[in-house]
Amino acid sequence: MENLPLTESTYYILLSLYQPRHGYGIMQETEALSGGRVRLAAGTLYGALNSLCEKGWIQLLPVESGSRKKEYQLTKTGLEVLKQELVRLEELAANGRAILKEELT
Amino acid sequence: MNETKTLHKLFWIWEFEKEERWLNEMAQEGWALKQAGFCTYTFERCEPGEYIIRMEMIDNSQSFQSFMEELGAEEVGKCVRWAYFRRKAELGEFNMFSDIDSRISHLNQIGKMLFLLCMANVVIGITSCTGAISSRLGWLNLLCAALVSYGIGRIHGMRDGLEKDRSLHE
Repeated sequence: MENLPLTESTYYILLSLYQPRHGYGIMQETEALSGGRVRLAAGTLYGALNSLCEKGWIQLLPVESGSRKKEYQLTKTGLEVLKQELVRLEELAANGRAILKEELT
Repeated sequence: MNETKTLHKLFWIWEFEKEERWLNEMAQEGWALKQAGFCTYTFERCEPGEYIIRMEMIDNSQSFQSFMEELGAEEVGKCVRWAYFRRKAELGEFNMFSDIDSRISHLNQIGKMLFLLCMANVVIGITSCTGAISSRLGWLNLLCAALVSYGIGRIHGMRDGLEKDRSLHE
């Protein structure tokens, strides 16, 4: 598995897909989680969803009859990637706090 | 019957940002894009600022179109591989790209398309000029190739600017 850092968009898309959601739901959840800071744009999200499906980090759920909306969900691999990323982010934050502790009070 | 008007305007492929800006200015003035074709734009009357217009060069148009529909955007036109979308401004911000990576890959796609166009013109131009095909218009193809090369340069310039940002920011 790759150990490269995730982009902010990828991180929030994966995180919001811990629950099954469709495109618009992912946008709303990301915006809510980041307090309005991260707003995924349509083309960016579309491209990211396609590459994440190809990588097998998320999957398309079977389309319910009567609905044309595609729903996605995190896969086991995706969950592992997220957990690994969380460790990395915590390291970044912990080091920042440790070195800048006097500046932060 | 809704009032409509058709305008003819030329934008080079590498001027797509300028083109999008113009379409949004039209929407601000109360003219919403209704159809787009080669250098031809048809507008219909709307409330000033009712719509936001966005365009993107795409591969698989069908699945992208239905994805955009889910988000409340309507495809109003297509010209070669450019797709034009509009969405009601009241639905909130409407953008195509929200990070540097996706902007870069969009520019790469445009660059690739221009490269193929350039190559095709070079091949046709050279075969015509050397007399393999009896045509006196080969120089026109070579001229096209030169123009498209300029476009490739412009796209590369835009991409380099983004990549410089990318080395520091996400």
